[in-house]
Amino acid sequence: MEGLDRRAVLRTGLLAGGAGAAAVAATHLALEANRAGVGSGAAAPTAVRPAVLPFRGSRQSGVVDAPQPFAAFVGLDLPEGATRLTCRRLMRVWTDDIERLMAARGPLTDLEPELAAVPSRLSVTVAVGPGFYAAAGLDAVRPSWLAPLPAFAVDRLNRDWPQTDVLLQIRADSPVSVAHAVRRLVVGAEPLAVQRWVQRGFREPLTDARPGMPFRNLFGQVDGTVQPATDGSDDPLIWLGADPATAGDGAEAARAPVPKGLAGGTSLVIRRIAMNLDTWDQIDRAGREHAIGRRLGSGAPLTGRVEADLPDLAATDDLGFPVIDPVSHVRRAMPTAPHERILRAPYSYDDPPAPGQRSNCGLVFVSFQADPVRQFVPIQQRLAEADLLNIWTTPLSSGVYAVLPGAQAGEDLGAALLD
Amino acid sequence: MTPCSPLTTSRCAHPAPRRLAAALTLAATLSLAACGTAADPGTSSSDPRAGAATPAAVPSASPSNDAPAGTVTLESGWAKAGSGMTAVFGTVTNRSDQDLTITGGTSPSAGEVQVHTMAKQADGSMKMMQKKGGLSVPAGESVDLAPGGDHLMLLGLTGPLVNGDDVVLVMVTSRGDELAWTVPVRTFAGGEETYVPEDD
Repeated sequence: MEGLDRRAVLRTGLLAGGAGAAAVAATHLALEANRAGVGSGAAAPTAVRPAVLPFRGSRQSGVVDAPQPFAAFVGLDLPEGATRLTCRRLMRVWTDDIERLMAARGPLTDLEPELAAVPSRLSVTVAVGPGFYAAAGLDAVRPSWLAPLPAFAVDRLNRDWPQTDVLLQIRADSPVSVAHAVRRLVVGAEPLAVQRWVQRGFREPLTDARPGMPFRNLFGQVDGTVQPATDGSDDPLIWLGADPATAGDGAEAARAPVPKGLAGGTSLVIRRIAMNLDTWDQIDRAGREHAIGRRLGSGAPLTGRVEADLPDLAATDDLGFPVIDPVSHVRRAMPTAPHERILRAPYSYDDPPAPGQRSNCGLVFVSFQADPVRQFVPIQQRLAEADLLNIWTTPLSSGVYAVLPGAQAGEDLGAALLD
Repeated sequence: MTPCSPLTTSRCAHPAPRRLAAALTLAATLSLAACGTAADPGTSSSDPRAGAATPAAVPSASPSNDAPAGTVTLESGWAKAGSGMTAVFGTVTNRSDQDLTITGGTSPSAGEVQVHTMAKQADGSMKMMQKKGGLSVPAGESVDLAPGGDHLMLLGLTGPLVNGDDVVLVMVTSRGDELAWTVPVRTFAGGEETYVPEDD
């Protein structure tokens, strides 16, 4: 492994080297400025986790909340000939159904409301794709970033999980709650929207005994260390229409005009990343940590001691090689500017393998950011150009959605957009 | 204000049923409206908001548990999407101090609204038919209208009821009171009962 990877490292490292020097300085500044926010994102410790998350409000649940252990992502399309009225009807139905479900009640037509009755921190987050804007006759106000992501060199996109008109993100502490909510919301939406695909995922349960435990993907990698803070201080990086007065690194973004009807919304990027555990199994721990640039156990950079430590990209080993490889995942994913940060909320998947295959594992990568083109694309572009983890990973789908603002009392989701 | 039945507390303070209906949404609050007809929305309405309310501007679903005493509500009411004929379900709660019986009603979306029930036939099958004597809701009690049980039947729909829309009902009690309900239309896979029209 070492030999193989060294060659890959040296080859791609040369390519990456040129752009490196200027970026490194900026990166260190960015990370220094955000040290306080490190690790305080998706896995933020909460003293007492409420059993019911709020539905009503200016922002939807399921964005900055600590991700629940079970999730389903449902892509739906509007029917042929859909209009703004179709969109309004759909949001009307879902607003009521979701409000009831999140309050641990069955929706109106539910004949098995008992399945909803156990509060399990259910959140249902509604997001819309470019096709929703087209159907509603709202192309003129569609955010510029709500368009297909650039084609990345590593992508092997599968037609099974295309971009859809609408996305439901359904998360809960209980897989029963997720299954029931998916069923009721999908069936209840017909024929206003029709399911195209479902992706299910899981992550370690958050427990009060282990608050703030980081997410580990199925490579064992601590995933999502550098995150915008969810305490409000980084809101302009996460939310549209956030108060610029609260802005640190996101001040610039907060001053950008808010797309019609999306104040209190955000964007959601979802990418299905297959992870080849069979070849990953062939790599020893040192090789794995080399590819990632972090210790598997602590999540600390190879030059540091704890997860929150900043990677020292200049450090070299006895032979003069960089301790953190220039094409290690951590190095390539590092922000080169303060705004290149995204709120990650990924889930692992471990689906039944195809006949003759041993595994079908990976990551449902999910991130929230005010502007995916500005914040997410540069990171992904670097990873697509060079990242040792690409040896074992293959992106199978790529979608971007506008997360609608929350529904205030008396209002349907999307009201400000569809009025 | 002269109550025209013990159940009707404020004849002229209520908007006429049809207007009231427009001002209500998913909660399907049932109100005891004036005892006059529902036909003229102008005569009994003193609420300037009633006629101007639009679906986007009115409160969305919330249970009517805080409904004032003396009212009758339909909580979690909904109509099955469809055409031809369809059913309305929910929970009728009578917070008045008078027993009431709903005998039938009207709807701008249907030719007629009847109270129906499910009954076992001689061959053991369940069939739907009009509920003789109407739907009784004792004072202070609730009655469920559910698929497979008692429900309201919209006959002769004037057009398809579409998921996400509303349908307005004006139910009538044996005392002649009119109850204006607005319920959301929802997609529902069940409720495909066999209907046995009866002439009796």
